[in-house]
Amino acid sequence: MPKVTYIEQSGRRYEVEMPGGTTAMQGAVDNMVPGIAGDCGGCCNCATCHTYVDPEWMARTGPANDAERQMLDGVPDVRPGSRLSCQINVTEELDGLTLHIPASQY
Amino acid sequence: MAAVDSVLIVGAGHAAGEMAIALRMNGYAGAITLVGEEAHAPYQRPPLSKAFLAGEMPRERLHVKSLATYQNANIEFIPGVRVTSIDRIARTVTLADSRTLGYGKLVLATGGRPRQLSLPDPRINRAPNLHYLRTIDHAEGMRDQFRAGNKLVIIGGGYIGLEVAAVARKKAIDVTLIEALPRVLQRVTAPEVSAFYTQVHEAAGVRIRVNTALTGFEFDAAGSVTAVLAGDGVVIPADVVIVGIGLIPNTELAAEAGLLIDDGIAVDEYGQTSDPDILAIGDCTSHESVYAGRRLRLESVPSALEQARSAAALLVGVRKPYHAVPWFWSDQYDLKLQMVGLNRGYDTAVLRGAPANRNFLAFYLKDGVLLAVDSVSRPQEFMVAKKLVAERLRVDPARLADESRPLKELLPPAPPAS
Ligand SMILES: Cc1cc2nc3c(=O)[nH]c(=O)nc-3n(C[C@H](O)[C@H](O)[C@H](O)COP(=O)(O)OP(=O)(O)OC[C@H]3O[C@@H](n4cnc5c(N)ncnc54)[C@H](O)[C@@H]3O)c2cc1C
Ligand code: FES
Repeated sequence: MPKVTYIEQSGRRYEVEMPGGTTAMQGAVDNMVPGIAGDCGGCCNCATCHTYVDPEWMARTGPANDAERQMLDGVPDVRPGSRLSCQINVTEELDGLTLHIPASQY
Repeated sequence: MAAVDSVLIVGAGHAAGEMAIALRMNGYAGAITLVGEEAHAPYQRPPLSKAFLAGEMPRERLHVKSLATYQNANIEFIPGVRVTSIDRIARTVTLADSRTLGYGKLVLATGGRPRQLSLPDPRINRAPNLHYLRTIDHAEGMRDQFRAGNKLVIIGGGYIGLEVAAVARKKAIDVTLIEALPRVLQRVTAPEVSAFYTQVHEAAGVRIRVNTALTGFEFDAAGSVTAVLAGDGVVIPADVVIVGIGLIPNTELAAEAGLLIDDGIAVDEYGQTSDPDILAIGDCTSHESVYAGRRLRLESVPSALEQARSAAALLVGVRKPYHAVPWFWSDQYDLKLQMVGLNRGYDTAVLRGAPANRNFLAFYLKDGVLLAVDSVSRPQEFMVAKKLVAERLRVDPARLADESRPLKELLPPAPPAS
Protein backbone atom coordinates (compact mmCIF):
# COMPACT_ATOMS: atom_id res chain seq x y z
CA MET A 1 0.00 0.00 0.00
CA PRO A 2 1.40 3.40 -0.94
CA LYS A 3 2.24 5.75 1.89
CA VAL A 4 1.67 9.51 1.96
CA THR A 5 3.17 11.93 4.47
CA TYR A 6 1.15 15.03 5.31
CA ILE A 7 3.09 17.80 7.03
CA GLU A 8 1.59 20.68 8.97
CA GLN A 9 3.24 24.06 8.95
CA SER A 10 4.34 23.41 12.53
CA GLY A 11 6.33 20.46 11.20
CA ARG A 12 4.00 17.83 12.63
CA ARG A 13 3.86 14.82 10.30
CA TYR A 14 1.13 12.31 9.61
CA GLU A 15 2.25 9.17 7.78
CA VAL A 16 -0.66 7.36 6.23
CA GLU A 17 -0.92 4.13 4.25
CA MET A 18 -3.84 3.82 1.89
CA PRO A 19 -5.06 1.36 -0.70
CA GLY A 20 -3.70 2.18 -4.17
CA GLY A 21 -6.06 4.41 -6.15
CA THR A 22 -7.34 6.29 -3.09
CA THR A 23 -7.24 10.07 -3.50
CA ALA A 24 -4.83 11.91 -1.25
CA MET A 25 -7.85 13.79 0.20
CA GLN A 26 -9.65 10.54 1.05
CA GLY A 27 -6.53 9.08 2.61
CA ALA A 28 -6.25 12.11 4.87
CA VAL A 29 -9.94 12.11 5.78
CA ASP A 30 -9.97 8.38 6.53
CA ASN A 31 -7.05 8.87 8.89
CA MET A 32 -8.26 12.03 10.60
CA VAL A 33 -5.44 14.24 9.37
CA PRO A 34 -6.45 17.75 10.47
CA GLY A 35 -6.57 20.54 7.90
CA ILE A 36 -7.85 18.47 4.98
CA ALA A 37 -11.62 18.60 5.25
CA GLY A 38 -12.76 17.47 1.82
CA ASP A 39 -16.19 19.00 2.28
CA CYS A 40 -17.47 18.43 -1.26
CA GLY A 41 -16.38 14.80 -1.30
CA GLY A 42 -13.85 15.32 -4.06
CA CYS A 43 -15.90 16.91 -6.86
CA CYS A 44 -13.68 19.99 -7.09
CA ASN A 45 -16.23 22.36 -5.58
CA CYS A 46 -14.86 23.36 -2.18
CA ALA A 47 -11.04 23.66 -2.15
CA THR A 48 -10.94 22.54 1.51
CA CYS A 49 -8.45 19.87 0.44
CA HIS A 50 -5.73 22.25 -0.83
CA THR A 51 -2.15 21.00 -0.30
CA TYR A 52 1.35 21.83 -1.52
CA VAL A 53 3.11 18.97 -3.21
CA ASP A 54 6.68 18.71 -1.96
CA PRO A 55 9.01 20.04 -4.69
CA GLU A 56 10.64 16.62 -5.01
CA TRP A 57 7.32 15.10 -6.00
CA MET A 58 5.92 17.76 -8.30
CA ALA A 59 7.14 16.07 -11.46
CA ARG A 60 5.50 12.79 -10.51
CA THR A 61 2.11 14.15 -9.42
CA GLY A 62 2.00 16.38 -12.47
CA PRO A 63 0.20 19.71 -12.73
CA ALA A 64 -3.36 20.51 -11.68
CA ASN A 65 -6.11 19.60 -14.15
CA ASP A 66 -8.31 22.31 -15.69
CA ALA A 67 -11.20 22.27 -13.21
CA GLU A 68 -8.74 22.15 -10.36
CA ARG A 69 -6.60 25.00 -11.65
CA GLN A 70 -9.66 27.22 -11.91
CA MET A 71 -10.58 26.54 -8.28
CA LEU A 72 -6.98 27.10 -7.18
CA ASP A 73 -7.01 30.46 -8.91
CA GLY A 74 -9.42 31.71 -6.27
CA VAL A 75 -7.70 30.17 -3.23
CA PRO A 76 -5.43 32.13 -0.87
CA ASP A 77 -1.72 31.23 -0.60
CA VAL A 78 -1.39 29.42 -3.91
CA ARG A 79 2.15 28.29 -4.64
CA PRO A 80 3.81 26.40 -7.47
CA GLY A 81 3.13 23.01 -5.82
CA SER A 82 -0.54 23.75 -5.09
CA ARG A 83 -2.90 20.87 -5.80
CA LEU A 84 -6.37 19.94 -4.63
CA SER A 85 -5.58 16.66 -2.94
CA CYS A 86 -8.92 15.15 -4.04
CA GLN A 87 -7.52 15.26 -7.58
CA ILE A 88 -4.35 13.32 -6.75
CA ASN A 89 -4.80 9.60 -7.20
CA VAL A 90 -2.33 7.83 -4.96
CA THR A 91 -1.04 5.00 -7.10
CA GLU A 92 1.90 2.72 -6.23
CA GLU A 93 4.14 5.09 -8.20
CA LEU A 94 3.33 7.82 -5.67
CA ASP A 95 4.43 5.69 -2.70
CA GLY A 96 6.28 8.09 -0.40
CA LEU A 97 4.49 11.23 -1.61
CA THR A 98 4.87 14.23 0.70
CA LEU A 99 2.18 16.91 0.92
CA HIS A 100 2.26 20.10 2.98
CA ILE A 101 -0.93 21.47 4.51
CA PRO A 102 -1.54 25.22 4.10
CA ALA A 103 -1.50 27.14 7.39
CA SER A 104 -4.93 28.64 6.66
CA GLN A 105 -6.65 25.25 6.80
CA TYR A 106 -6.29 24.25 10.43
CA MET B 1 -19.09 22.38 31.52
CA ALA B 2 -18.76 19.02 33.29
CA ALA B 3 -17.15 16.32 31.17
CA VAL B 4 -19.66 14.36 29.12
CA ASP B 5 -19.26 10.60 29.51
CA SER B 6 -21.19 9.49 26.45
CA VAL B 7 -22.56 10.94 23.23
CA LEU B 8 -25.32 9.18 21.34
CA ILE B 9 -25.93 10.33 17.77
CA VAL B 10 -29.24 9.55 16.10
CA GLY B 11 -29.00 9.23 12.33
CA ALA B 12 -25.87 8.17 10.51
CA GLY B 13 -25.79 10.62 7.62
CA HIS B 14 -23.38 13.34 6.63
CA ALA B 15 -23.79 15.46 9.76
CA ALA B 16 -23.68 12.49 12.14
CA GLY B 17 -20.49 11.04 10.69
CA GLU B 18 -18.74 14.39 10.84
CA MET B 19 -19.89 14.95 14.42
CA ALA B 20 -18.52 11.60 15.61
CA ILE B 21 -15.12 12.08 13.98
CA ALA B 22 -14.88 15.77 14.93
CA LEU B 23 -15.47 14.81 18.58
CA ARG B 24 -12.48 12.47 18.45
CA MET B 25 -10.34 14.97 16.57
CA ASN B 26 -11.15 17.46 19.33
CA GLY B 27 -9.83 14.98 21.88
CA TYR B 28 -13.15 13.77 23.25
CA ALA B 29 -12.44 10.45 25.01
CA GLY B 30 -15.89 9.30 26.15
CA ALA B 31 -18.15 6.78 24.44
CA ILE B 32 -19.59 7.69 21.02
CA THR B 33 -22.44 5.71 19.47
CA LEU B 34 -24.03 6.27 16.07
CA VAL B 35 -27.45 4.76 15.42
CA GLY B 36 -28.72 4.89 11.86
CA GLU B 37 -31.88 3.66 10.26
CA GLU B 38 -30.14 2.94 6.98
CA ALA B 39 -27.92 -0.09 6.56
CA HIS B 40 -25.02 2.07 5.39
CA ALA B 41 -22.24 3.96 7.12
CA PRO B 42 -22.44 7.74 6.52
CA TYR B 43 -22.33 8.40 2.80
CA GLN B 44 -22.53 11.31 0.42
CA ARG B 45 -25.91 11.97 -1.10
CA PRO B 46 -24.85 14.52 -3.76
CA PRO B 47 -23.53 11.84 -6.16
CA LEU B 48 -26.87 9.99 -5.98
CA SER B 49 -28.25 12.39 -8.58
CA LYS B 50 -24.91 12.81 -10.36
CA ALA B 51 -21.94 10.44 -10.81
CA PHE B 52 -23.39 7.51 -8.85
CA LEU B 53 -26.68 7.55 -10.75
CA ALA B 54 -24.67 7.77 -13.96
CA GLY B 55 -22.83 4.60 -12.93
CA GLU B 56 -19.51 6.49 -12.99
CA MET B 57 -18.81 6.13 -9.29
CA PRO B 58 -18.58 2.86 -7.38
CA ARG B 59 -20.57 2.47 -4.18
CA GLU B 60 -17.43 2.37 -1.96
CA ARG B 61 -16.57 5.86 -3.10
CA LEU B 62 -19.84 7.18 -1.71
CA HIS B 63 -18.68 6.69 1.85
CA VAL B 64 -17.59 9.92 3.46
CA LYS B 65 -15.01 7.97 5.47
CA SER B 66 -14.06 4.33 5.39
CA LEU B 67 -15.76 2.05 7.91
CA ALA B 68 -12.34 1.42 9.44
CA THR B 69 -12.11 5.10 10.32
CA TYR B 70 -14.98 4.79 12.80
CA GLN B 71 -13.61 1.52 14.16
CA ASN B 72 -10.14 2.99 14.64
CA ALA B 73 -11.69 6.00 16.36
CA ASN B 74 -13.57 3.67 18.70
CA ILE B 75 -16.97 4.83 17.55
CA GLU B 76 -19.73 2.29 17.92
CA PHE B 77 -21.94 2.15 14.84
CA ILE B 78 -25.36 0.52 15.04
CA PRO B 79 -26.80 0.37 11.51
CA GLY B 80 -30.23 -0.59 10.27
CA VAL B 81 -32.31 0.41 13.26
CA ARG B 82 -34.54 3.36 13.94
CA VAL B 83 -34.69 5.33 17.16
CA THR B 84 -38.38 5.47 18.05
CA SER B 85 -38.52 7.61 21.18
CA ILE B 86 -36.55 9.74 23.62
CA ASP B 87 -37.04 9.76 27.38
CA ARG B 88 -35.55 13.07 28.46
CA ILE B 89 -35.97 12.41 32.18
CA ALA B 90 -34.30 8.98 32.15
CA ARG B 91 -31.90 10.18 29.41
CA THR B 92 -32.47 7.15 27.26
CA VAL B 93 -33.67 6.41 23.74
CA THR B 94 -35.62 3.39 22.58
CA LEU B 95 -34.79 1.62 19.35
CA ALA B 96 -37.21 -0.12 17.00
CA ASP B 97 -35.82 -3.47 18.16
CA SER B 98 -36.86 -2.54 21.73
CA ARG B 99 -33.34 -1.93 22.95
CA THR B 100 -32.82 1.03 25.26
CA LEU B 101 -29.63 3.11 25.16
CA GLY B 102 -28.60 5.74 27.66
CA TYR B 103 -26.91 9.05 26.84
CA GLY B 104 -24.94 11.82 28.46
CA LYS B 105 -25.57 14.07 25.47
CA LEU B 106 -27.90 13.23 22.64
CA VAL B 107 -27.35 14.54 19.11
CA LEU B 108 -30.21 14.44 16.61
CA ALA B 109 -28.95 14.24 13.04
CA THR B 110 -32.04 12.78 11.43
CA GLY B 111 -31.94 14.70 8.15
CA GLY B 112 -35.06 14.71 6.04
CA ARG B 113 -37.18 12.63 3.70
CA PRO B 114 -38.54 13.42 0.26
CA ARG B 115 -41.81 15.32 0.17
CA GLN B 116 -44.45 12.91 -1.15
CA LEU B 117 -46.99 13.64 -3.83
CA SER B 118 -50.24 14.74 -2.27
CA LEU B 119 -52.52 13.00 -4.78
CA PRO B 120 -54.83 10.62 -2.92
CA ASP B 121 -54.42 7.64 -5.30
CA PRO B 122 -53.10 4.68 -3.23
CA ARG B 123 -51.55 3.09 -6.32
CA ILE B 124 -48.88 5.78 -6.37
CA ASN B 125 -46.96 4.42 -3.42
CA ARG B 126 -47.05 0.89 -4.79
CA ALA B 127 -45.93 1.64 -8.34
CA PRO B 128 -42.55 -0.06 -8.89
CA ASN B 129 -41.46 2.56 -11.43
CA LEU B 130 -42.22 5.72 -9.45
CA HIS B 131 -39.26 6.88 -7.40
CA TYR B 132 -38.11 9.48 -4.93
CA LEU B 133 -34.38 10.11 -4.51
CA ARG B 134 -32.74 10.48 -1.12
CA THR B 135 -30.91 7.22 -0.37
CA ILE B 136 -28.52 4.72 -1.95
CA ASP B 137 -31.39 2.24 -1.96
CA HIS B 138 -33.56 4.69 -3.91
CA ALA B 139 -30.80 5.28 -6.46
CA GLU B 140 -30.09 1.57 -6.86
CA GLY B 141 -33.80 0.86 -7.10
CA MET B 142 -34.13 2.99 -10.23
CA ARG B 143 -30.92 1.89 -11.96
CA ASP B 144 -32.55 -0.95 -13.92
CA GLN B 145 -35.15 1.39 -15.34
CA PHE B 146 -32.49 3.97 -16.18
CA ARG B 147 -31.95 2.52 -19.67
CA ALA B 148 -31.40 4.08 -23.07
CA GLY B 149 -34.66 4.57 -24.92
CA ASN B 150 -36.83 4.47 -21.80
CA LYS B 151 -39.20 7.38 -21.25
CA LEU B 152 -38.48 9.19 -18.03
CA VAL B 153 -40.82 11.82 -16.58
CA ILE B 154 -39.35 14.01 -13.86
CA ILE B 155 -41.71 15.85 -11.56
CA GLY B 156 -40.10 18.99 -10.17
CA GLY B 157 -37.59 21.41 -11.68
CA GLY B 158 -35.31 21.88 -8.67
CA TYR B 159 -31.68 20.82 -8.42
CA ILE B 160 -32.38 17.13 -8.05
CA GLY B 161 -34.80 17.03 -10.97
CA LEU B 162 -32.38 18.89 -13.24
CA GLU B 163 -29.38 16.81 -12.19
CA VAL B 164 -31.29 13.61 -12.87
CA ALA B 165 -32.33 15.00 -16.27
CA ALA B 166 -28.69 15.68 -17.14
CA VAL B 167 -27.60 12.15 -16.22
CA ALA B 168 -30.55 10.64 -18.08
CA ARG B 169 -29.78 12.51 -21.29
CA LYS B 170 -26.17 11.31 -21.15
CA LYS B 171 -27.63 7.81 -21.11
CA ALA B 172 -29.90 8.54 -24.09
CA ILE B 173 -33.05 8.28 -21.99
CA ASP B 174 -36.04 10.25 -23.29
CA VAL B 175 -36.75 12.95 -20.69
CA THR B 176 -39.75 15.17 -19.97
CA LEU B 177 -39.65 17.40 -16.91
CA ILE B 178 -42.74 19.08 -15.50
CA GLU B 179 -42.65 22.02 -13.13
CA ALA B 180 -45.69 23.65 -11.54
CA LEU B 181 -44.07 27.10 -11.27
CA PRO B 182 -43.35 29.39 -14.24
CA ARG B 183 -39.66 28.46 -14.42
CA VAL B 184 -37.13 25.87 -13.20
CA LEU B 185 -35.08 26.74 -10.09
CA GLN B 186 -37.63 29.50 -9.45
CA ARG B 187 -37.18 29.49 -5.69
CA VAL B 188 -33.41 29.89 -5.81
CA THR B 189 -32.19 31.83 -8.83
CA ALA B 190 -32.84 34.89 -10.96
CA PRO B 191 -34.88 34.53 -14.17
CA GLU B 192 -31.69 34.82 -16.26
CA VAL B 193 -30.13 31.80 -14.57
CA SER B 194 -33.35 29.77 -14.86
CA ALA B 195 -33.56 30.71 -18.54
CA PHE B 196 -29.97 29.60 -19.07
CA TYR B 197 -30.52 26.18 -17.47
CA THR B 198 -33.79 25.72 -19.35
CA GLN B 199 -32.02 26.35 -22.60
CA VAL B 200 -29.09 24.06 -21.75
CA HIS B 201 -31.46 21.21 -20.91
CA GLU B 202 -33.60 21.80 -23.97
CA ALA B 203 -30.51 21.80 -26.17
CA ALA B 204 -29.63 18.43 -24.62
CA GLY B 205 -33.05 17.14 -25.60
CA VAL B 206 -35.04 17.50 -22.36
CA ARG B 207 -38.64 18.58 -22.86
CA ILE B 208 -39.43 21.07 -20.11
CA ARG B 209 -43.04 21.96 -19.34
CA VAL B 210 -43.39 24.78 -16.85
CA ASN B 211 -46.65 26.06 -15.35
CA THR B 212 -47.70 22.44 -15.49
CA ALA B 213 -49.41 20.88 -12.53
CA LEU B 214 -49.44 17.13 -12.05
CA THR B 215 -53.01 15.86 -12.01
CA GLY B 216 -52.62 12.08 -11.93
CA PHE B 217 -51.20 8.91 -13.47
CA GLU B 218 -52.30 6.04 -15.64
CA PHE B 219 -51.37 2.54 -14.50
CA ASP B 220 -51.17 -0.86 -16.16
CA ALA B 221 -52.64 -4.02 -14.67
CA ALA B 222 -49.41 -4.76 -12.80
CA GLY B 223 -49.61 -1.40 -11.07
CA SER B 224 -46.79 0.35 -12.96
CA VAL B 225 -47.23 3.93 -14.09
CA THR B 226 -47.68 4.11 -17.87
CA ALA B 227 -48.38 7.82 -18.21
CA VAL B 228 -48.26 11.07 -16.29
CA LEU B 229 -51.31 13.31 -16.52
CA ALA B 230 -50.62 16.99 -16.34
CA GLY B 231 -52.19 20.39 -16.74
CA ASP B 232 -54.93 20.69 -19.30
CA GLY B 233 -55.38 17.07 -20.17
CA VAL B 234 -51.82 16.42 -21.29
CA VAL B 235 -50.85 12.74 -21.27
CA ILE B 236 -47.11 12.05 -21.07
CA PRO B 237 -46.18 8.38 -21.63
CA ALA B 238 -43.76 7.12 -18.99
CA ASP B 239 -41.63 4.04 -18.35
CA VAL B 240 -40.22 5.54 -15.20
CA VAL B 241 -41.10 8.54 -13.02
CA ILE B 242 -38.84 10.41 -10.60
CA VAL B 243 -40.33 12.86 -8.14
CA GLY B 244 -38.17 15.67 -6.75
CA ILE B 245 -40.46 18.16 -5.04
CA GLY B 246 -38.60 18.98 -1.86
CA LEU B 247 -37.64 17.73 1.54
CA ILE B 248 -39.52 17.29 4.82
CA PRO B 249 -37.20 17.58 7.83
CA ASN B 250 -37.36 14.58 10.20
CA THR B 251 -38.47 16.44 13.31
CA GLU B 252 -41.06 14.00 14.69
CA LEU B 253 -38.75 12.26 17.16
CA ALA B 254 -37.78 15.65 18.62
CA ALA B 255 -41.35 16.96 18.58
CA GLU B 256 -42.67 13.92 20.42
CA ALA B 257 -40.01 14.48 23.06
CA GLY B 258 -41.31 18.02 23.48
CA LEU B 259 -38.36 19.89 21.93
CA LEU B 260 -39.01 23.23 20.32
CA ILE B 261 -39.66 22.91 16.58
CA ASP B 262 -39.68 25.89 14.25
CA ASP B 263 -39.81 24.48 10.73
CA GLY B 264 -36.82 22.31 11.73
CA ILE B 265 -35.62 21.32 15.20
CA ALA B 266 -34.84 24.77 16.63
CA VAL B 267 -31.16 25.17 17.54
CA ASP B 268 -28.77 28.00 18.31
CA GLU B 269 -25.44 28.60 16.59
CA TYR B 270 -23.86 25.75 18.59
CA GLY B 271 -26.52 23.19 17.73
CA GLN B 272 -28.13 23.41 21.16
CA THR B 273 -31.87 22.56 21.22
CA SER B 274 -34.36 23.67 23.87
CA ASP B 275 -33.06 20.79 26.08
CA PRO B 276 -29.49 21.45 27.30
CA ASP B 277 -28.60 17.76 26.96
CA ILE B 278 -29.81 17.47 23.38
CA LEU B 279 -28.17 18.94 20.29
CA ALA B 280 -29.31 18.77 16.69
CA ILE B 281 -27.38 19.24 13.45
CA GLY B 282 -27.87 19.15 9.69
CA ASP B 283 -30.95 19.11 7.48
CA CYS B 284 -33.33 18.39 10.40
CA THR B 285 -32.57 21.73 12.08
CA SER B 286 -33.41 25.38 11.77
CA HIS B 287 -30.90 27.78 13.25
CA GLU B 288 -30.82 31.46 14.07
CA SER B 289 -28.57 32.79 11.31
CA VAL B 290 -26.43 35.82 12.00
CA TYR B 291 -25.79 36.12 8.28
CA ALA B 292 -29.47 36.17 7.29
CA GLY B 293 -30.84 37.85 10.40
CA ARG B 294 -33.56 35.22 10.68
CA ARG B 295 -34.11 31.54 11.30
CA LEU B 296 -32.95 29.32 8.44
CA ARG B 297 -33.43 25.69 7.58
CA LEU B 298 -30.81 24.64 5.05
CA GLU B 299 -30.44 21.47 3.03
CA SER B 300 -26.79 21.28 2.16
CA VAL B 301 -23.63 19.37 2.88
CA PRO B 302 -21.49 22.39 3.85
CA SER B 303 -23.98 23.54 6.47
CA ALA B 304 -24.48 20.00 7.82
CA LEU B 305 -20.70 19.68 8.21
CA GLU B 306 -20.19 23.10 9.78
CA GLN B 307 -23.03 22.61 12.23
CA ALA B 308 -21.55 19.24 13.21
CA ARG B 309 -18.17 20.86 13.81
CA SER B 310 -19.67 23.60 16.00
CA ALA B 311 -21.64 21.05 18.02
CA ALA B 312 -18.61 18.78 18.44
CA ALA B 313 -16.55 21.75 19.67
CA LEU B 314 -19.26 22.69 22.17
CA LEU B 315 -19.19 19.22 23.72
CA VAL B 316 -15.49 19.59 24.50
CA GLY B 317 -16.10 23.05 25.92
CA VAL B 318 -15.02 25.13 22.93
CA ARG B 319 -17.37 27.81 21.61
CA LYS B 320 -17.10 27.87 17.86
CA PRO B 321 -20.40 29.27 16.59
CA TYR B 322 -21.80 28.25 13.24
CA HIS B 323 -21.80 31.54 11.37
CA ALA B 324 -20.79 30.40 7.90
CA VAL B 325 -22.53 31.86 4.88
CA PRO B 326 -24.55 29.09 3.21
CA TRP B 327 -23.23 27.74 -0.05
CA PHE B 328 -24.12 24.94 -2.41
CA TRP B 329 -23.14 23.33 -5.67
CA SER B 330 -24.93 21.53 -8.47
CA ASP B 331 -23.09 19.78 -11.30
CA GLN B 332 -25.14 19.38 -14.49
CA TYR B 333 -23.61 18.27 -17.81
CA ASP B 334 -20.21 19.98 -18.07
CA LEU B 335 -21.46 22.97 -16.05
CA LYS B 336 -20.45 23.78 -12.52
CA LEU B 337 -23.10 25.78 -10.68
CA GLN B 338 -21.89 27.13 -7.33
CA MET B 339 -24.02 29.40 -5.20
CA VAL B 340 -23.28 31.38 -2.07
CA GLY B 341 -25.60 33.36 0.15
CA LEU B 342 -29.37 33.56 -0.05
CA ASN B 343 -30.94 35.95 -2.50
CA ARG B 344 -34.31 36.30 -0.76
CA GLY B 345 -35.56 39.88 -0.99
CA TYR B 346 -33.00 41.06 -3.56
CA ASP B 347 -33.86 44.25 -5.44
CA THR B 348 -31.10 44.14 -8.09
CA ALA B 349 -29.60 41.27 -10.05
CA VAL B 350 -26.65 41.84 -12.35
CA LEU B 351 -24.71 39.43 -14.57
CA ARG B 352 -20.97 39.30 -15.11
CA GLY B 353 -20.27 37.61 -18.40
CA ALA B 354 -22.70 36.30 -20.97
CA PRO B 355 -24.75 33.12 -20.51
CA ALA B 356 -24.19 32.41 -24.21
CA ASN B 357 -20.54 31.66 -23.37
CA ARG B 358 -21.65 29.06 -20.81
CA ASN B 359 -19.80 30.77 -18.00
CA PHE B 360 -21.02 33.77 -16.02
CA LEU B 361 -21.96 34.99 -12.57
CA ALA B 362 -25.21 36.43 -11.24
CA PHE B 363 -24.95 38.86 -8.33
CA TYR B 364 -27.91 39.68 -6.08
CA LEU B 365 -27.99 42.92 -4.12
CA LYS B 366 -30.36 44.57 -1.71
CA ASP B 367 -30.03 48.27 -0.91
CA GLY B 368 -26.59 48.20 -2.54
CA VAL B 369 -25.29 45.31 -0.40
CA LEU B 370 -24.24 42.02 -1.98
CA LEU B 371 -26.52 39.21 -0.72
CA ALA B 372 -25.73 36.23 -2.89
CA VAL B 373 -23.90 35.04 -6.00
CA ASP B 374 -24.57 32.23 -8.46
CA SER B 375 -21.55 31.16 -10.48
CA VAL B 376 -21.78 29.08 -13.62
CA SER B 377 -18.44 27.46 -14.44
CA ARG B 378 -16.34 30.28 -13.03
CA PRO B 379 -14.89 28.60 -9.96
CA GLN B 380 -12.04 31.07 -9.58
CA GLU B 381 -14.44 34.00 -9.35
CA PHE B 382 -16.78 31.98 -7.16
CA MET B 383 -14.06 31.58 -4.56
CA VAL B 384 -13.68 35.36 -4.51
CA ALA B 385 -17.46 35.84 -4.49
CA LYS B 386 -17.74 33.70 -1.36
CA LYS B 387 -15.57 36.19 0.48
CA LEU B 388 -17.39 39.21 -0.94
CA VAL B 389 -20.74 37.86 0.25
CA ALA B 390 -19.29 37.10 3.70
CA GLU B 391 -18.03 40.71 3.81
CA ARG B 392 -21.52 42.02 2.92
CA LEU B 393 -19.79 44.12 0.33
CA ARG B 394 -21.48 47.41 -0.53
CA VAL B 395 -20.77 47.86 -4.20
CA ASP B 396 -21.94 49.48 -7.39
CA PRO B 397 -23.62 46.77 -9.52
CA ALA B 398 -21.92 48.19 -12.61
CA ARG B 399 -18.53 47.44 -11.05
CA LEU B 400 -19.54 43.79 -10.57
CA ALA B 401 -20.60 43.56 -14.19
CA ASP B 402 -17.41 45.14 -15.52
CA GLU B 403 -15.32 42.22 -16.75
CA SER B 404 -12.34 44.42 -17.53
CA ARG B 405 -11.75 44.75 -13.79
CA PRO B 406 -10.87 41.71 -11.70
CA LEU B 407 -13.28 40.75 -8.95
CA LYS B 408 -10.34 40.13 -6.65
CA GLU B 409 -9.67 43.86 -6.41
CA LEU B 410 -12.89 44.24 -4.45
CA LEU B 411 -11.55 42.12 -1.60
CA PRO B 412 -10.47 43.95 1.52
CA PRO B 413 -6.68 43.94 1.94
CA ALA B 414 -5.44 40.64 3.42
CA PRO B 415 -4.16 40.82 6.99
CA PRO B 416 -0.35 40.75 7.10
CA ALA B 417 1.04 37.20 6.96
CA SER B 418 1.95 35.85 10.38
C1 LIG C 1 -29.96 13.44 -4.64
C2 LIG C 1 -29.38 14.49 -3.73
C3 LIG C 1 -28.45 15.39 -4.22
C4 LIG C 1 -27.88 16.35 -3.38
N1 LIG C 1 -26.93 17.19 -3.89
C5 LIG C 1 -26.32 18.07 -3.08
C6 LIG C 1 -25.26 18.89 -3.55
O1 LIG C 1 -24.89 18.85 -4.73
N2 LIG C 1 -24.65 19.74 -2.68
C7 LIG C 1 -25.04 19.82 -1.37
O2 LIG C 1 -24.46 20.60 -0.60
N3 LIG C 1 -26.05 19.06 -0.89
C8 LIG C 1 -26.70 18.19 -1.70
N4 LIG C 1 -27.70 17.40 -1.21
C9 LIG C 1 -28.14 17.59 0.19
C10 LIG C 1 -27.27 16.84 1.18
O3 LIG C 1 -27.13 15.51 0.80
C11 LIG C 1 -27.85 16.96 2.57
O4 LIG C 1 -27.87 18.32 2.93
C12 LIG C 1 -27.07 16.17 3.61
O5 LIG C 1 -27.11 14.81 3.33
C13 LIG C 1 -27.61 16.44 5.01
O6 LIG C 1 -26.99 15.60 5.94
P1 LIG C 1 -27.72 15.18 7.28
O7 LIG C 1 -26.75 14.32 8.00
O8 LIG C 1 -28.28 16.36 7.96
O9 LIG C 1 -28.98 14.32 6.83
P2 LIG C 1 -29.05 12.95 6.04
O10 LIG C 1 -27.87 12.81 5.15
O11 LIG C 1 -30.42 12.89 5.48
O12 LIG C 1 -28.91 11.83 7.16
C14 LIG C 1 -29.89 11.56 8.11
C15 LIG C 1 -29.88 10.08 8.44
O13 LIG C 1 -30.62 9.85 9.62
C16 LIG C 1 -31.38 8.68 9.49
N5 LIG C 1 -32.51 8.76 10.44
C17 LIG C 1 -33.57 9.60 10.38
N6 LIG C 1 -34.39 9.40 11.44
C18 LIG C 1 -33.82 8.41 12.19
C19 LIG C 1 -34.19 7.77 13.40
N7 LIG C 1 -35.29 8.09 14.07
N8 LIG C 1 -33.38 6.78 13.87
C20 LIG C 1 -32.23 6.44 13.21
N9 LIG C 1 -31.84 7.03 12.05
C21 LIG C 1 -32.62 8.00 11.55
C22 LIG C 1 -31.80 8.71 8.04
O14 LIG C 1 -32.16 7.41 7.62
C23 LIG C 1 -30.52 9.22 7.37
O15 LIG C 1 -29.67 8.16 7.02
C24 LIG C 1 -28.29 16.43 -2.02
C25 LIG C 1 -29.26 15.54 -1.53
C26 LIG C 1 -29.80 14.57 -2.36
C27 LIG C 1 -30.83 13.62 -1.82
S1 FES D 1 -12.62 17.86 -1.67
FE1 FES D 1 -13.68 19.58 -2.39
S2 FES D 1 -12.31 20.34 -3.87
FE2 FES D 1 -11.25 18.63 -3.10
